[in-house]
Amino acid sequence: MRVVLLIAGKEIREGIRNRWVVAATLLLAALALTLAFLGAAPAGRVGAGALEVVVVSLSSLSVFLLPLIALLLSHDAVVGEAERGTLLLLLTYPLARWHVLMGKFLGYVAILGLATLLGYGAAALALLLAGAQITPGGWWAFAYMLGSSVLLGAAFVALGMLASTLVRNRGTAAGIAVGLWLLLVLLWDMGLLGLLVADQGEHLSAGAVDALFLLNPADAYRLFNLAGLADVRTLSGMTALGGESGLSAPLLLAALAAWALLPLAAAAALFSRREL
Amino acid sequence: MKADLPIIELDGVAKHYGVVQALRDVSFALPQGSRVALVGHNGAGKTTLMKLMLGLIRPSAGSLRVLGEDPSAGVAGARQRLGWLPENVSFNPALTGREILRFFARLKGEPASAADVLLDRVGLSEAARRRIDGYSKGMRQRLGLAQAMLGKPRALLLDEPTTGLDPAVRQELYEMLAELAGGGTTVLLSSHALEELEGRVERVVILDHGRVVADGSMTELRRLAMLPVRLRLILVGDAAPDWVGGEAQRIGPRHFEVLCSQNEKMAVLRRAAGDPLITDLEVLQPTLDELYGHFLHSRMEITS
Repeated sequence: MRVVLLIAGKEIREGIRNRWVVAATLLLAALALTLAFLGAAPAGRVGAGALEVVVVSLSSLSVFLLPLIALLLSHDAVVGEAERGTLLLLLTYPLARWHVLMGKFLGYVAILGLATLLGYGAAALALLLAGAQITPGGWWAFAYMLGSSVLLGAAFVALGMLASTLVRNRGTAAGIAVGLWLLLVLLWDMGLLGLLVADQGEHLSAGAVDALFLLNPADAYRLFNLAGLADVRTLSGMTALGGESGLSAPLLLAALAAWALLPLAAAAALFSRREL
Repeated sequence: MKADLPIIELDGVAKHYGVVQALRDVSFALPQGSRVALVGHNGAGKTTLMKLMLGLIRPSAGSLRVLGEDPSAGVAGARQRLGWLPENVSFNPALTGREILRFFARLKGEPASAADVLLDRVGLSEAARRRIDGYSKGMRQRLGLAQAMLGKPRALLLDEPTTGLDPAVRQELYEMLAELAGGGTTVLLSSHALEELEGRVERVVILDHGRVVADGSMTELRRLAMLPVRLRLILVGDAAPDWVGGEAQRIGPRHFEVLCSQNEKMAVLRRAAGDPLITDLEVLQPTLDELYGHFLHSRMEITS
Protein backbone atom coordinates (compact mmCIF):
# COMPACT_ATOMS: atom_id res chain seq x y z
CA MET A 1 0.00 0.00 0.00
CA ARG A 2 2.92 2.32 0.77
CA VAL A 3 4.23 1.77 -2.74
CA VAL A 4 0.80 2.43 -4.29
CA LEU A 5 0.51 5.72 -2.42
CA LEU A 6 4.05 6.71 -3.42
CA ILE A 7 3.19 6.21 -7.07
CA ALA A 8 -0.14 8.00 -6.70
CA GLY A 9 1.68 10.89 -5.03
CA LYS A 10 4.16 11.09 -7.89
CA GLU A 11 1.30 11.12 -10.44
CA ILE A 12 -0.46 13.95 -8.59
CA ARG A 13 2.77 15.93 -8.40
CA GLU A 14 3.29 15.45 -12.13
CA GLY A 15 -0.34 16.42 -12.76
CA ILE A 16 0.17 19.66 -10.88
CA ARG A 17 3.50 20.30 -12.61
CA ASN A 18 2.03 19.62 -16.06
CA ARG A 19 -0.86 22.02 -15.35
CA TRP A 20 -3.35 19.19 -15.74
CA VAL A 21 -4.98 19.97 -12.42
CA VAL A 22 -5.17 23.69 -13.11
CA ALA A 23 -6.47 23.25 -16.64
CA ALA A 24 -9.17 20.74 -15.66
CA THR A 25 -10.24 22.79 -12.63
CA LEU A 26 -10.50 26.02 -14.59
CA LEU A 27 -12.43 24.35 -17.39
CA LEU A 28 -14.91 22.72 -15.04
CA ALA A 29 -15.25 25.88 -12.92
CA ALA A 30 -15.85 28.10 -15.95
CA LEU A 31 -18.54 25.81 -17.33
CA ALA A 32 -20.14 25.25 -13.94
CA LEU A 33 -20.29 28.98 -13.22
CA THR A 34 -21.75 29.71 -16.63
CA LEU A 35 -24.42 27.06 -16.19
CA ALA A 36 -25.17 28.17 -12.65
CA PHE A 37 -25.97 31.71 -13.68
CA LEU A 38 -27.35 31.23 -17.16
CA GLY A 39 -29.29 28.16 -16.14
CA ALA A 40 -30.82 29.94 -13.14
CA ALA A 41 -32.86 32.29 -15.32
CA PRO A 42 -35.64 29.87 -16.40
CA ALA A 43 -35.61 28.04 -13.08
CA GLY A 44 -37.37 30.83 -11.26
CA ARG A 45 -40.62 30.11 -13.04
CA VAL A 46 -41.01 26.50 -11.92
CA GLY A 47 -39.91 27.35 -8.41
CA ALA A 48 -37.20 24.79 -8.19
CA GLY A 49 -34.18 25.24 -5.94
CA ALA A 50 -31.25 26.88 -7.66
CA LEU A 51 -28.85 24.09 -6.82
CA GLU A 52 -31.13 21.39 -8.22
CA VAL A 53 -31.11 23.19 -11.54
CA VAL A 54 -27.34 23.29 -11.41
CA VAL A 55 -27.25 19.57 -10.66
CA VAL A 56 -29.33 18.80 -13.74
CA SER A 57 -27.36 20.99 -16.08
CA LEU A 58 -23.98 20.11 -14.60
CA SER A 59 -24.55 16.37 -14.73
CA SER A 60 -25.63 16.67 -18.37
CA LEU A 61 -22.35 18.46 -18.97
CA SER A 62 -20.24 16.13 -16.85
CA VAL A 63 -21.38 13.15 -18.84
CA PHE A 64 -19.55 14.57 -21.85
CA LEU A 65 -16.64 16.31 -20.25
CA LEU A 66 -15.45 14.12 -17.39
CA PRO A 67 -15.04 10.96 -19.52
CA LEU A 68 -13.04 13.02 -21.98
CA ILE A 69 -10.70 14.43 -19.33
CA ALA A 70 -10.37 11.00 -17.70
CA LEU A 71 -9.48 9.31 -20.99
CA LEU A 72 -7.03 12.08 -21.91
CA LEU A 73 -5.27 11.56 -18.58
CA SER A 74 -5.24 7.80 -18.50
CA HIS A 75 -4.73 6.56 -22.06
CA ASP A 76 -1.06 7.49 -21.72
CA ALA A 77 -0.55 5.79 -18.34
CA VAL A 78 1.31 2.66 -19.37
CA VAL A 79 2.05 2.98 -23.07
CA GLY A 80 3.33 6.53 -22.67
CA GLU A 81 5.80 5.56 -19.95
CA ALA A 82 6.81 2.53 -21.95
CA GLU A 83 7.54 4.70 -24.99
CA ARG A 84 9.42 7.29 -22.99
CA GLY A 85 11.46 4.48 -21.43
CA THR A 86 10.59 5.28 -17.83
CA LEU A 87 8.42 2.20 -17.26
CA LEU A 88 11.16 -0.43 -17.43
CA LEU A 89 13.26 1.26 -14.79
CA LEU A 90 10.28 1.63 -12.48
CA LEU A 91 9.46 -2.07 -12.81
CA THR A 92 12.95 -3.11 -11.71
CA TYR A 93 12.22 -1.62 -8.30
CA PRO A 94 10.87 -3.86 -5.56
CA LEU A 95 7.20 -3.56 -6.42
CA ALA A 96 4.50 -5.60 -8.14
CA ARG A 97 3.17 -4.47 -11.47
CA TRP A 98 -0.36 -3.99 -10.18
CA HIS A 99 1.08 -1.52 -7.67
CA VAL A 100 2.02 0.69 -10.59
CA LEU A 101 -1.47 0.48 -12.15
CA MET A 102 -3.25 1.01 -8.84
CA GLY A 103 -1.03 3.94 -7.93
CA LYS A 104 -1.57 5.62 -11.26
CA PHE A 105 -5.32 4.97 -11.08
CA LEU A 106 -5.56 6.56 -7.64
CA GLY A 107 -3.41 9.47 -8.76
CA TYR A 108 -5.58 10.22 -11.79
CA VAL A 109 -8.80 9.84 -9.82
CA ALA A 110 -7.40 12.23 -7.22
CA ILE A 111 -6.52 14.77 -9.92
CA LEU A 112 -9.97 14.43 -11.45
CA GLY A 113 -11.69 14.50 -8.06
CA LEU A 114 -9.82 17.62 -7.05
CA ALA A 115 -10.70 19.38 -10.30
CA THR A 116 -14.37 18.36 -9.99
CA LEU A 117 -14.62 19.37 -6.35
CA LEU A 118 -12.96 22.75 -6.89
CA GLY A 119 -14.61 23.49 -10.21
CA TYR A 120 -18.17 22.53 -9.30
CA GLY A 121 -17.70 23.68 -5.72
CA ALA A 122 -16.95 27.13 -7.09
CA ALA A 123 -20.36 27.17 -8.76
CA ALA A 124 -22.16 26.16 -5.57
CA LEU A 125 -20.21 28.75 -3.61
CA ALA A 126 -21.02 31.44 -6.16
CA LEU A 127 -24.74 30.61 -5.94
CA LEU A 128 -24.54 30.79 -2.16
CA LEU A 129 -22.78 34.14 -2.31
CA ALA A 130 -25.32 35.43 -4.81
CA GLY A 131 -27.99 34.80 -2.21
CA ALA A 132 -29.74 31.83 -3.81
CA GLN A 133 -32.08 29.72 -1.69
CA ILE A 134 -30.55 26.32 -1.23
CA THR A 135 -32.46 23.57 0.49
CA PRO A 136 -30.80 20.66 2.33
CA GLY A 137 -32.19 18.44 -0.41
CA GLY A 138 -30.40 20.57 -2.94
CA TRP A 139 -27.12 20.13 -1.08
CA TRP A 140 -27.65 16.38 -1.01
CA ALA A 141 -28.33 16.26 -4.71
CA PHE A 142 -25.23 18.32 -5.30
CA ALA A 143 -23.10 16.08 -3.07
CA TYR A 144 -24.40 12.97 -4.83
CA MET A 145 -23.63 14.58 -8.16
CA LEU A 146 -20.08 15.36 -7.07
CA GLY A 147 -19.48 11.85 -5.74
CA SER A 148 -20.97 10.12 -8.76
CA SER A 149 -18.99 12.44 -11.06
CA VAL A 150 -15.77 11.23 -9.47
CA LEU A 151 -16.99 7.64 -9.89
CA LEU A 152 -17.80 8.33 -13.53
CA GLY A 153 -14.31 9.76 -13.95
CA ALA A 154 -12.84 6.70 -12.23
CA ALA A 155 -14.70 4.38 -14.60
CA PHE A 156 -13.27 6.14 -17.64
CA VAL A 157 -9.81 6.35 -16.07
CA ALA A 158 -9.93 2.57 -15.67
CA LEU A 159 -11.11 2.11 -19.27
CA GLY A 160 -8.34 4.40 -20.52
CA MET A 161 -5.76 2.48 -18.53
CA LEU A 162 -6.99 -0.80 -19.92
CA ALA A 163 -6.54 0.62 -23.43
CA SER A 164 -3.11 1.84 -22.39
CA THR A 165 -1.98 -1.63 -21.27
CA LEU A 166 -3.44 -3.36 -24.32
CA VAL A 167 -1.49 -1.56 -27.02
CA ARG A 168 2.17 -0.83 -27.73
CA ASN A 169 1.73 2.53 -29.37
CA ARG A 170 0.55 5.83 -27.91
CA GLY A 171 -1.34 6.73 -31.06
CA THR A 172 -3.33 3.53 -30.92
CA ALA A 173 -4.16 4.14 -27.27
CA ALA A 174 -5.36 7.65 -28.09
CA GLY A 175 -7.47 6.26 -30.93
CA ILE A 176 -9.08 3.69 -28.65
CA ALA A 177 -9.76 6.42 -26.07
CA VAL A 178 -11.51 8.62 -28.63
CA GLY A 179 -13.44 5.60 -29.89
CA LEU A 180 -14.55 4.68 -26.38
CA TRP A 181 -15.70 8.22 -25.75
CA LEU A 182 -17.68 8.38 -28.98
CA LEU A 183 -19.23 4.98 -28.42
CA LEU A 184 -20.16 5.28 -24.76
CA VAL A 185 -20.98 8.98 -24.55
CA LEU A 186 -22.52 9.79 -27.92
CA LEU A 187 -23.42 6.76 -30.00
CA TRP A 188 -24.74 4.44 -27.32
CA ASP A 189 -27.76 6.60 -26.49
CA MET A 190 -28.56 7.28 -30.11
CA GLY A 191 -28.38 3.58 -30.84
CA LEU A 192 -30.54 2.83 -27.83
CA LEU A 193 -33.10 5.44 -28.85
CA GLY A 194 -33.16 4.10 -32.39
CA LEU A 195 -33.62 0.60 -31.06
CA LEU A 196 -36.51 1.62 -28.84
CA VAL A 197 -38.24 3.52 -31.63
CA ALA A 198 -37.81 0.67 -34.09
CA ASP A 199 -38.91 -1.90 -31.55
CA GLN A 200 -42.10 -0.01 -30.57
CA GLY A 201 -41.96 -1.72 -27.19
CA GLU A 202 -42.76 -5.13 -28.65
CA HIS A 203 -39.71 -7.28 -28.02
CA LEU A 204 -37.48 -5.37 -25.65
CA SER A 205 -38.54 -5.85 -22.06
CA ALA A 206 -37.99 -3.16 -19.45
CA GLY A 207 -35.30 -5.38 -17.92
CA ALA A 208 -33.40 -5.52 -21.16
CA VAL A 209 -33.48 -1.73 -21.46
CA ASP A 210 -32.25 -1.43 -17.86
CA ALA A 211 -29.41 -3.81 -18.64
CA LEU A 212 -28.44 -1.72 -21.66
CA PHE A 213 -28.29 1.32 -19.39
CA LEU A 214 -26.06 -0.46 -16.90
CA LEU A 215 -23.74 -1.61 -19.69
CA ASN A 216 -22.65 1.96 -20.16
CA PRO A 217 -21.11 3.94 -17.28
CA ALA A 218 -22.21 7.23 -18.82
CA ASP A 219 -25.86 6.10 -18.82
CA ALA A 220 -25.63 4.77 -15.29
CA TYR A 221 -24.32 8.18 -14.24
CA ARG A 222 -27.00 10.06 -16.14
CA LEU A 223 -29.80 7.98 -14.69
CA PHE A 224 -28.42 8.27 -11.20
CA ASN A 225 -28.30 12.05 -11.32
CA LEU A 226 -31.35 12.85 -13.42
CA ALA A 227 -33.77 10.21 -12.28
CA GLY A 228 -32.37 9.01 -8.99
CA LEU A 229 -33.42 11.90 -6.80
CA ALA A 230 -37.05 12.94 -6.54
CA ASP A 231 -36.54 16.72 -6.52
CA VAL A 232 -34.28 16.54 -9.49
CA ARG A 233 -36.47 14.11 -11.39
CA THR A 234 -39.29 16.57 -11.87
CA LEU A 235 -36.84 19.10 -13.19
CA SER A 236 -35.07 16.86 -15.59
CA GLY A 237 -38.23 15.58 -17.22
CA MET A 238 -37.35 12.05 -16.29
CA THR A 239 -40.30 11.43 -13.98
CA ALA A 240 -41.77 8.72 -16.10
CA LEU A 241 -38.53 6.95 -16.64
CA GLY A 242 -37.42 7.26 -13.03
CA GLY A 243 -40.69 5.85 -11.84
CA GLU A 244 -40.81 2.88 -14.15
CA SER A 245 -37.19 1.86 -14.23
CA GLY A 246 -36.16 -0.97 -11.99
CA LEU A 247 -32.82 0.68 -11.47
CA SER A 248 -32.36 1.95 -7.95
CA ALA A 249 -29.76 4.52 -7.00
CA PRO A 250 -27.51 2.01 -5.17
CA LEU A 251 -27.65 -0.32 -8.17
CA LEU A 252 -26.58 2.49 -10.49
CA LEU A 253 -23.74 3.45 -8.17
CA ALA A 254 -22.68 -0.18 -7.94
CA ALA A 255 -22.65 -0.35 -11.74
CA LEU A 256 -20.41 2.73 -11.87
CA ALA A 257 -18.06 1.23 -9.29
CA ALA A 258 -17.96 -2.04 -11.23
CA TRP A 259 -17.07 -0.07 -14.34
CA ALA A 260 -14.12 1.36 -12.45
CA LEU A 261 -12.92 -1.91 -10.93
CA LEU A 262 -13.38 -4.44 -13.72
CA PRO A 263 -11.29 -2.70 -16.41
CA LEU A 264 -8.64 -2.00 -13.79
CA ALA A 265 -8.53 -5.66 -12.76
CA ALA A 266 -8.35 -6.70 -16.42
CA ALA A 267 -5.54 -4.23 -17.02
CA ALA A 268 -3.64 -5.58 -14.00
CA ALA A 269 -4.05 -9.17 -15.18
CA LEU A 270 -2.81 -8.31 -18.67
CA PHE A 271 0.04 -6.16 -17.46
CA SER A 272 1.42 -8.73 -15.04
CA ARG A 273 1.84 -11.24 -17.88
CA ARG A 274 3.26 -8.87 -20.40
CA GLU A 275 6.92 -9.09 -21.40
CA LEU A 276 8.59 -5.75 -21.73
CA MET B 1 24.00 -16.41 1.56
CA LYS B 2 27.53 -17.68 1.65
CA ALA B 3 30.23 -15.45 0.23
CA ASP B 4 31.46 -18.00 -2.30
CA LEU B 5 28.03 -18.52 -3.80
CA PRO B 6 27.66 -16.73 -7.13
CA ILE B 7 25.62 -13.53 -7.08
CA ILE B 8 24.40 -14.06 -10.61
CA GLU B 9 24.23 -17.51 -12.16
CA LEU B 10 23.03 -18.43 -15.64
CA ASP B 11 22.64 -21.97 -16.83
CA GLY B 12 21.85 -22.66 -20.47
CA VAL B 13 19.73 -19.55 -20.80
CA ALA B 14 18.03 -18.97 -24.14
CA LYS B 15 15.55 -16.32 -25.18
CA HIS B 16 13.73 -15.98 -28.43
CA TYR B 17 11.19 -13.47 -29.66
CA GLY B 18 9.20 -15.35 -32.25
CA VAL B 19 11.78 -16.65 -34.69
CA VAL B 20 14.46 -14.20 -33.55
CA GLN B 21 17.01 -15.91 -31.32
CA ALA B 22 18.14 -13.18 -28.94
CA LEU B 23 20.16 -15.48 -26.66
CA ARG B 24 21.23 -19.10 -27.02
CA ASP B 25 22.66 -21.36 -24.36
CA VAL B 26 24.30 -18.68 -22.22
CA SER B 27 25.96 -19.97 -19.05
CA PHE B 28 28.20 -18.11 -16.65
CA ALA B 29 28.40 -17.22 -12.99
CA LEU B 30 29.50 -13.98 -11.40
CA PRO B 31 31.00 -14.18 -7.91
CA GLN B 32 30.62 -11.52 -5.27
CA GLY B 33 32.63 -8.35 -5.77
CA SER B 34 33.64 -9.12 -9.33
CA ARG B 35 33.76 -6.56 -12.11
CA VAL B 36 32.72 -8.04 -15.40
CA ALA B 37 32.16 -6.51 -18.83
CA LEU B 38 29.65 -7.79 -21.35
CA VAL B 39 31.01 -6.94 -24.76
CA GLY B 40 29.27 -7.26 -28.08
CA HIS B 41 27.97 -5.21 -30.96
CA ASN B 42 24.43 -3.88 -31.12
CA GLY B 43 21.91 -6.68 -31.05
CA ALA B 44 24.34 -9.21 -29.59
CA GLY B 45 22.01 -9.76 -26.63
CA LYS B 46 23.57 -7.62 -23.90
CA THR B 47 20.40 -5.75 -23.00
CA THR B 48 18.27 -8.89 -23.27
CA LEU B 49 20.60 -10.59 -20.80
CA MET B 50 20.21 -7.74 -18.32
CA LYS B 51 16.45 -7.70 -18.73
CA LEU B 52 16.40 -11.41 -17.89
CA MET B 53 18.47 -10.81 -14.77
CA LEU B 54 16.02 -8.09 -13.74
CA GLY B 55 12.99 -10.33 -14.26
CA LEU B 56 11.49 -8.03 -16.91
CA ILE B 57 11.36 -10.96 -19.31
CA ARG B 58 11.37 -14.72 -18.82
CA PRO B 59 13.89 -17.10 -20.37
CA SER B 60 12.65 -19.40 -23.14
CA ALA B 61 14.94 -22.14 -21.86
CA GLY B 62 17.47 -22.65 -19.10
CA SER B 63 17.48 -21.12 -15.66
CA LEU B 64 19.00 -18.15 -13.94
CA ARG B 65 19.36 -17.05 -10.36
CA VAL B 66 20.09 -13.54 -9.18
CA LEU B 67 20.97 -13.07 -5.50
CA GLY B 68 19.73 -16.60 -4.94
CA GLU B 69 16.28 -16.02 -6.44
CA ASP B 70 14.58 -16.58 -9.75
CA PRO B 71 14.13 -12.98 -10.99
CA SER B 72 11.05 -13.71 -13.11
CA ALA B 73 9.17 -15.16 -10.13
CA GLY B 74 8.11 -11.59 -9.39
CA VAL B 75 9.35 -11.52 -5.81
CA ALA B 76 10.54 -8.13 -4.75
CA GLY B 77 13.22 -9.42 -2.37
CA ALA B 78 16.15 -9.63 -4.75
CA ARG B 79 15.25 -6.40 -6.52
CA GLN B 80 15.75 -4.57 -3.24
CA ARG B 81 19.49 -5.14 -3.60
CA LEU B 82 19.78 -4.86 -7.35
CA GLY B 83 20.65 -1.69 -9.23
CA TRP B 84 20.18 -1.12 -12.93
CA LEU B 85 21.19 1.65 -15.25
CA PRO B 86 19.32 1.22 -18.54
CA GLU B 87 20.81 2.20 -21.85
CA ASN B 88 19.65 5.76 -22.70
CA VAL B 89 18.07 6.21 -19.28
CA SER B 90 15.10 8.58 -19.14
CA PHE B 91 13.02 10.04 -16.36
CA ASN B 92 9.67 11.76 -15.99
CA PRO B 93 10.60 15.16 -17.41
CA ALA B 94 8.26 17.26 -15.28
CA LEU B 95 9.93 16.32 -12.00
CA THR B 96 13.20 17.60 -10.59
CA GLY B 97 16.25 15.39 -10.13
CA ARG B 98 15.77 15.46 -6.40
CA GLU B 99 12.09 14.57 -6.55
CA ILE B 100 12.63 11.56 -8.78
CA LEU B 101 15.60 10.26 -6.80
CA ARG B 102 13.72 10.65 -3.53
CA PHE B 103 10.78 8.80 -5.08
CA PHE B 104 13.08 5.95 -6.13
CA ALA B 105 14.76 5.94 -2.71
CA ARG B 106 11.41 5.52 -0.96
CA LEU B 107 10.45 2.73 -3.37
CA LYS B 108 13.54 0.89 -2.19
CA GLY B 109 12.62 1.60 1.42
CA GLU B 110 15.45 4.07 1.89
CA PRO B 111 15.12 7.45 3.60
CA ALA B 112 14.94 10.52 1.36
CA SER B 113 18.31 11.63 2.70
CA ALA B 114 19.94 8.68 0.90
CA ALA B 115 18.91 10.34 -2.36
CA ASP B 116 20.56 13.63 -1.41
CA VAL B 117 23.82 11.88 -0.51
CA LEU B 118 23.91 10.15 -3.90
CA LEU B 119 23.05 13.33 -5.80
CA ASP B 120 26.06 14.88 -4.18
CA ARG B 121 28.20 11.88 -5.03
CA VAL B 122 27.42 12.04 -8.75
CA GLY B 123 27.90 15.80 -8.76
CA LEU B 124 24.27 16.78 -9.31
CA SER B 125 23.55 18.59 -6.06
CA GLU B 126 23.47 21.96 -7.79
CA ALA B 127 21.05 20.80 -10.49
CA ALA B 128 18.94 18.80 -8.03
CA ARG B 129 16.14 21.36 -7.91
CA ARG B 130 15.89 21.78 -11.66
CA ARG B 131 13.42 19.92 -13.83
CA ILE B 132 14.84 16.89 -15.64
CA ASP B 133 13.69 18.12 -19.06
CA GLY B 134 16.45 20.72 -18.75
CA TYR B 135 19.16 18.13 -18.06
CA SER B 136 21.90 17.28 -20.53
CA LYS B 137 22.54 13.68 -21.61
CA GLY B 138 25.47 13.45 -19.21
CA MET B 139 23.41 14.75 -16.32
CA ARG B 140 20.65 12.24 -17.00
CA GLN B 141 23.27 9.50 -17.13
CA ARG B 142 24.64 10.60 -13.77
CA LEU B 143 21.13 10.70 -12.31
CA GLY B 144 20.68 7.19 -13.68
CA LEU B 145 23.84 6.08 -11.93
CA ALA B 146 22.66 7.63 -8.69
CA GLN B 147 19.37 5.71 -8.83
CA ALA B 148 21.23 2.47 -9.59
CA MET B 149 23.33 2.90 -6.47
CA LEU B 150 20.32 3.42 -4.18
CA GLY B 151 19.85 0.87 -1.44
CA LYS B 152 23.46 -0.38 -1.30
CA PRO B 153 23.03 -2.88 -4.14
CA ARG B 154 24.79 -6.24 -4.05
CA ALA B 155 24.71 -6.38 -7.80
CA LEU B 156 24.86 -3.49 -10.26
CA LEU B 157 23.87 -3.95 -13.88
CA LEU B 158 25.00 -1.06 -16.03
CA ASP B 159 23.99 -0.96 -19.68
CA GLU B 160 26.49 1.17 -21.60
CA PRO B 161 27.19 3.36 -18.59
CA THR B 162 29.83 5.58 -20.16
CA THR B 163 27.99 6.77 -23.26
CA GLY B 164 27.44 10.50 -23.04
CA LEU B 165 29.88 11.00 -20.19
CA ASP B 166 32.89 13.23 -20.64
CA PRO B 167 36.30 11.64 -19.95
CA ALA B 168 36.63 13.14 -16.47
CA VAL B 169 33.25 11.80 -15.35
CA ARG B 170 34.04 8.50 -17.03
CA GLN B 171 37.16 8.27 -14.90
CA GLU B 172 35.14 9.05 -11.78
CA LEU B 173 32.60 6.42 -12.75
CA TYR B 174 35.20 3.69 -13.00
CA GLU B 175 36.72 4.77 -9.69
CA MET B 176 33.28 4.61 -8.12
CA LEU B 177 32.72 1.13 -9.55
CA ALA B 178 36.09 -0.07 -8.23
CA GLU B 179 35.15 1.24 -4.81
CA LEU B 180 31.77 -0.51 -4.93
CA ALA B 181 33.35 -3.77 -6.09
CA GLY B 182 35.85 -3.47 -3.26
CA GLY B 183 32.89 -3.29 -0.90
CA GLY B 184 31.54 -6.59 -2.28
CA THR B 185 29.15 -5.33 -4.97
CA THR B 186 29.16 -7.36 -8.16
CA VAL B 187 29.36 -5.04 -11.15
CA LEU B 188 28.29 -6.15 -14.61
CA LEU B 189 28.59 -3.56 -17.32
CA SER B 190 28.04 -3.72 -21.02
CA SER B 191 30.10 -1.75 -23.46
CA HIS B 192 31.22 -1.20 -27.01
CA ALA B 193 34.25 0.77 -25.94
CA LEU B 194 36.67 -2.07 -25.35
CA GLU B 195 39.75 0.07 -25.02
CA GLU B 196 38.50 1.93 -22.00
CA LEU B 197 37.75 -1.35 -20.20
CA GLU B 198 41.44 -2.26 -20.03
CA GLY B 199 42.37 -2.42 -16.38
CA ARG B 200 38.80 -1.57 -15.32
CA VAL B 201 37.28 -5.04 -15.30
CA GLU B 202 38.62 -8.41 -14.25
CA ARG B 203 36.70 -10.39 -16.74
CA VAL B 204 35.22 -9.98 -20.19
CA VAL B 205 32.32 -11.95 -21.62
CA ILE B 206 32.09 -11.51 -25.38
CA LEU B 207 28.65 -12.03 -26.86
CA ASP B 208 27.89 -12.48 -30.50
CA HIS B 209 24.44 -13.18 -31.93
CA GLY B 210 23.23 -14.22 -28.50
CA ARG B 211 26.03 -16.67 -27.84
CA VAL B 212 29.01 -16.41 -25.52
CA VAL B 213 32.06 -16.59 -27.78
CA ALA B 214 34.69 -15.84 -25.15
CA ASP B 215 34.78 -15.55 -21.37
CA GLY B 216 37.84 -14.80 -19.29
CA SER B 217 40.29 -12.20 -18.07
CA MET B 218 42.01 -9.98 -20.60
CA THR B 219 45.24 -11.97 -20.25
CA GLU B 220 43.47 -15.27 -20.71
CA LEU B 221 41.68 -14.00 -23.76
CA ARG B 222 44.93 -12.75 -25.25
CA ARG B 223 46.53 -16.14 -24.66
CA LEU B 224 43.55 -17.96 -26.12
CA ALA B 225 43.48 -15.80 -29.19
CA MET B 226 47.24 -16.26 -29.79
CA LEU B 227 47.29 -12.99 -31.62
CA PRO B 228 50.79 -11.87 -32.63
CA VAL B 229 52.59 -9.00 -30.92
CA ARG B 230 53.67 -6.17 -33.16
CA LEU B 231 57.18 -4.77 -32.70
CA ARG B 232 57.68 -1.38 -34.24
CA LEU B 233 61.37 -0.79 -35.04
CA ILE B 234 62.79 2.63 -35.73
CA LEU B 235 66.06 2.42 -37.67
CA VAL B 236 69.12 4.65 -37.61
CA GLY B 237 69.53 4.69 -41.37
CA ASP B 238 67.64 3.35 -44.34
CA ALA B 239 69.23 -0.08 -44.18
CA ALA B 240 67.16 -2.69 -42.40
CA PRO B 241 68.95 -5.34 -40.32
CA ASP B 242 69.17 -8.61 -42.26
CA TRP B 243 67.41 -10.63 -39.53
CA VAL B 244 64.28 -8.60 -40.18
CA GLY B 245 62.87 -10.99 -42.70
CA GLY B 246 59.87 -11.44 -44.89
CA GLU B 247 57.28 -10.93 -42.16
CA ALA B 248 58.50 -7.38 -41.61
CA GLN B 249 56.59 -4.55 -43.13
CA ARG B 250 57.87 -1.11 -43.94
CA ILE B 251 55.34 1.36 -42.58
CA GLY B 252 57.23 4.58 -43.17
CA PRO B 253 60.72 5.97 -43.66
CA ARG B 254 63.00 4.06 -41.26
CA HIS B 255 59.94 2.47 -39.60
CA PHE B 256 59.41 -1.26 -39.67
CA GLU B 257 56.84 -3.47 -38.08
CA VAL B 258 57.58 -7.08 -37.18
CA LEU B 259 54.91 -9.57 -36.19
CA CYS B 260 55.90 -12.29 -33.78
CA SER B 261 54.09 -14.73 -31.53
CA GLN B 262 53.96 -14.26 -27.78
CA ASN B 263 56.51 -17.09 -27.37
CA GLU B 264 59.10 -15.61 -29.68
CA LYS B 265 58.63 -12.10 -28.40
CA MET B 266 61.47 -12.06 -25.86
CA ALA B 267 63.99 -13.54 -28.30
CA VAL B 268 63.18 -10.94 -30.91
CA LEU B 269 63.30 -8.16 -28.33
CA ARG B 270 66.79 -9.19 -27.16
CA ARG B 271 68.01 -9.30 -30.68
CA ALA B 272 66.57 -5.90 -31.53
CA ALA B 273 67.98 -4.37 -28.35
CA GLY B 274 71.45 -5.56 -29.28
CA ASP B 275 71.32 -4.35 -32.86
CA PRO B 276 73.08 -0.99 -33.43
CA LEU B 277 70.95 -0.33 -36.53
CA ILE B 278 67.88 0.09 -34.36
CA THR B 279 67.50 3.28 -32.40
CA ASP B 280 64.10 2.74 -30.80
CA LEU B 281 61.37 0.16 -30.55
CA GLU B 282 57.76 -0.07 -29.41
CA VAL B 283 55.88 -3.19 -28.36
CA LEU B 284 52.24 -3.15 -29.43
CA GLN B 285 50.08 -5.73 -27.64
CA PRO B 286 47.04 -6.85 -29.59
CA THR B 287 44.27 -4.36 -28.85
CA LEU B 288 40.96 -5.40 -27.46
CA ASP B 289 39.37 -4.53 -30.75
CA GLU B 290 41.66 -7.01 -32.46
CA LEU B 291 40.83 -9.57 -29.79
CA TYR B 292 37.16 -8.94 -30.25
CA GLY B 293 37.48 -9.21 -33.98
CA HIS B 294 39.38 -12.44 -33.58
CA PHE B 295 36.70 -14.07 -31.45
CA LEU B 296 33.89 -12.88 -33.70
CA HIS B 297 35.74 -14.11 -36.75
CA SER B 298 36.58 -17.51 -35.28
CA ARG B 299 32.94 -18.00 -34.40
CA MET B 300 31.88 -17.30 -37.94
CA GLU B 301 34.29 -19.98 -39.13
CA ILE B 302 32.75 -22.49 -36.74
CA THR B 303 29.24 -21.79 -37.98
CA SER B 304 30.06 -21.73 -41.68
